[in-house]
Amino acid sequence: MANLRPVPAAREFDLAKDSLRDLNLFLHRHAVEQGVSQIRVRNPDGAHSIACGLNADLDVHIHGHVGYYAAGMNKHASVTIHGNAGPGAGENMMSGRVHIKGFASTAAGASAHGGLLVIDGDASLRCGISLKGADIVVGGSVGSFSAFMAQAGRIVICGDAEDALGDSLYEAVIYVRGKVRSLGADARFEPMTDTDRASLRGLLAAAGQPHEPGEFKRVASAKSLYHWNADANQEY
Amino acid sequence: MCGIVGLLVKNPSLRNQLGALMVPMLIGMTERGPDSAGLAVYTAPVSEQKHKLSLYSGEHSVDWLGLLEQVREEFGPPQEIAIHGNHAVLTTAADPDQVAGWLGSRAPAVAVLSVGHSIDLYKDVGAPADIARRYRFDALRGTHLVGHTRMATESAVTPAHAHPFTAGRDFCLVHNGSLSNPHLVRKHLEPLGIEFETDNDTEAACRFFEWRLREGDELETAVQRGFSELDGFYTFLMGTDKELLIVRDAFACKPAIVAETDDYVAIASEFRSLSHLPHIAHATLFEPKPEEIYSWRI
Amino acid sequence: MGGLQREESAGFDRHTIDYIQRAAATGLYEIRGLGAKRRVPNFDDLLFLAASLSRYPLEGYRERCATKTVLGTRFASRPIELAIPITVAGMSFGALSARVKDALGRAATEVGTSTTTGDGGMTAEERAASKTLVYQCLPSRYGFNPDDVRRADAIEIVIGQGAKPGGGGMLLGQKVNPRVARMRTLPEGVDQRSASRHPDWTGPDDLVIKIKELREITDWEKPIYVKVGATRVFNDVKLAVHAGADVIVVDGMQGGTAATQTVFIEHVGIPTLAALRQAVDALDDLNMRGTVQLVISGGIRSGADVAKALAMGADAVAIGQGVLVALGCNSDTYVADGRHISAADEYTQLGTAPGFCHHCHTGKCPVGITTQDPVLELRLEPAVGAKRLKNYLKTLNMELTTIARACGKQDVHHLEKEDLVALTVEAAAMAGVPLAGTSWIPGQPGR
Repeated sequence: MANLRPVPAAREFDLAKDSLRDLNLFLHRHAVEQGVSQIRVRNPDGAHSIACGLNADLDVHIHGHVGYYAAGMNKHASVTIHGNAGPGAGENMMSGRVHIKGFASTAAGASAHGGLLVIDGDASLRCGISLKGADIVVGGSVGSFSAFMAQAGRIVICGDAEDALGDSLYEAVIYVRGKVRSLGADARFEPMTDTDRASLRGLLAAAGQPHEPGEFKRVASAKSLYHWNADANQEY
Repeated sequence: MCGIVGLLVKNPSLRNQLGALMVPMLIGMTERGPDSAGLAVYTAPVSEQKHKLSLYSGEHSVDWLGLLEQVREEFGPPQEIAIHGNHAVLTTAADPDQVAGWLGSRAPAVAVLSVGHSIDLYKDVGAPADIARRYRFDALRGTHLVGHTRMATESAVTPAHAHPFTAGRDFCLVHNGSLSNPHLVRKHLEPLGIEFETDNDTEAACRFFEWRLREGDELETAVQRGFSELDGFYTFLMGTDKELLIVRDAFACKPAIVAETDDYVAIASEFRSLSHLPHIAHATLFEPKPEEIYSWRI
Repeated sequence: MGGLQREESAGFDRHTIDYIQRAAATGLYEIRGLGAKRRVPNFDDLLFLAASLSRYPLEGYRERCATKTVLGTRFASRPIELAIPITVAGMSFGALSARVKDALGRAATEVGTSTTTGDGGMTAEERAASKTLVYQCLPSRYGFNPDDVRRADAIEIVIGQGAKPGGGGMLLGQKVNPRVARMRTLPEGVDQRSASRHPDWTGPDDLVIKIKELREITDWEKPIYVKVGATRVFNDVKLAVHAGADVIVVDGMQGGTAATQTVFIEHVGIPTLAALRQAVDALDDLNMRGTVQLVISGGIRSGADVAKALAMGADAVAIGQGVLVALGCNSDTYVADGRHISAADEYTQLGTAPGFCHHCHTGKCPVGITTQDPVLELRLEPAVGAKRLKNYLKTLNMELTTIARACGKQDVHHLEKEDLVALTVEAAAMAGVPLAGTSWIPGQPGR
């Protein structure tokens, strides 16, 4: 009892006064040193690269709209954006959780390797482009070319998808609930299995989305582009 | 290679603040376009018989009042001029094309940036904040505007290459992106009598729309046609005397965000240019979808 | 009468006949390694004007000629300091074996220069062996991760490479072994398709923001390089400066690859000589020489090439193919236990011969360099490779300083364009130096 140290209060940054560099430096180095794990950021006002490159189990809440690359290359941390995000939100994240309460611009979760990216609203074009193992759950709809060249991971789309969904897909799997305007080269609908349903149930719960797995269809790669074949009339 | 801004005030009581609202938007786009900036503002229109010409002398110093006298002598009154350093707005009752032609031969140091009833056009070299100060953008009044900040590639950062490009009366265009067939477009249009001033790809788009408008297309129809004839990446923001219009190509790689309230509609390449606007917390925010035309009328 | 009539067509020569017949047989474009093989104006077409009555040379030995080179002074708090202006260009693990990456790192460390990762990410071998490691960020983002970003000494954002500006990476299934597959998040054995654009940015206005993101992630410590394949070099270099690059790398059409369509290699991009001149002009135009450093690559082979590149205004060169040749590429033997062993059979099996081989894409490199085959890769012993590369780099440096001294320079970075003349009209025009024996630079008025 005598040695109980008080838990540091949440640290607050106001980007109307504080510099982005000071914020990111604090998040990279000083937060852990000082035992601060709760950080609030006010007045982001569309600034770019907020909370990028995090590498510790921090809980960051950003109140407002952010610009490009919010939580880019995130590792371990939980970053919640109480607003909309610009292009490349959660790009190349490795683990942890990035949650966008509003909508996300293009290339959300681009090249993400791990962790969970949740977008409550719509995501724009190229959501999950070049995905490398992370999970993405979109409460709304996604734009064209989503899951373009997605190599691994899972993308859950509770709304609709525009054109060329899963173009040039590798091993990533897409679960889509709404309409798909068109599928991309080598992407096809496949029957859902029990494994899919269990997987989807877990993702929907983690993202706080109220839907039933039975409402979703599975899209995966036909794998016909895995080897170059002159006679196969492959689309490039 | 640039940033775009657009603003249309729906609430007439905001017309006096059009410039004041816009200046932080333009400055917010400095990193995307640090080298030069341009702005087309649509003011209260002059009467039907008159036209305004926006004139620019770059680094040459011009005796504007002396020029006004010469114009009066040549074309007769009424002629008026409003001067801002190397920029002036000439209001004339004469045929503006004749005046422009006369200026071309008698005052070659002066460029005619725009012709119309409401449009005033400013372009200059330098950081957006400096240009805004130079021309007192904060004091501008009007119904709507189209602005642009540019990252230059040419060695001489020449204002002629800066956006907005204009055509006909009261039409202007700014562009974020890169067209891949501008020279083919030019080759197609020049024989039809469309004149080019630069080899800038944005001008090719502007002249394409100029052609279609000349041929009687509505602007929206011309934009539709542009989907198949203009190749490359683009977000286009256009203005006419009555309207503001934004459209993105099918790939939508160049960013754009719109904020709309009952009082205004504001457009920029990045949200950070909009964050200072009044009641932005309650604005409807959205990103234009690819190959869809969004327009607002005053 | 009598005797065969053999009149070869220049347009439909044997090379062209082979090409058409191959296309007819396979229905696919030819893919191969290395760079442009056809002759284009290059550094061989330039000569130095050295000491004379009006310019005095330096002695060797005590009259020092400095070669120290610093890259990335513009914004980074920890610029890259190199002992020599010769670096090892980006080449992927996947294209090359892990043992080769180890060898490159060892040699570079010993000589005091840097190596660069490629389209497969950073291997532990390379990071351990290479004291100064530049980490590429490519459109594919294979293996790209923040831990390696933090471990790197500089980050190189790759927009394109000289062999295929506008094209993405390529690795054929036979080289996508378990380790490569894991690093690139690909199924084993697939023919890799790669993106040609970056996934989360397009255009120099977005590049401003991407560069800033990488700076924020690395707390502004590490230089950010931007690499372009040589096409519209003048504009690209200016835009890269505006976008905030610390260092710009320009790779000419002679630049190599481990696998690309031949049509891309030979017909897209401009020669390194022309690219370099445009890049330097762009920096001069913005008054950025010395603030933003320039690295040129694409067929740099000899100390003379290095000297000419520096004289034309580069701060450093990067070498890819030459480095591999030093390791044994196109050698008729490989070294095992100190003995030279013939690799002739393996070349023959590939349908080629030492001196002609460009079969990196097959993964069956006869000397164990561009292979993932567990048997073949043993033919390159890292210690042997490191020694050979060290020797090559040292030789280049010695040739460089010999020329610089002969031109009277105490520092190789004091070589200037005015020290050069050209042997041909094309080279004179591309390099912007006078035709030897004249004061004529084609294309420049009044000279």
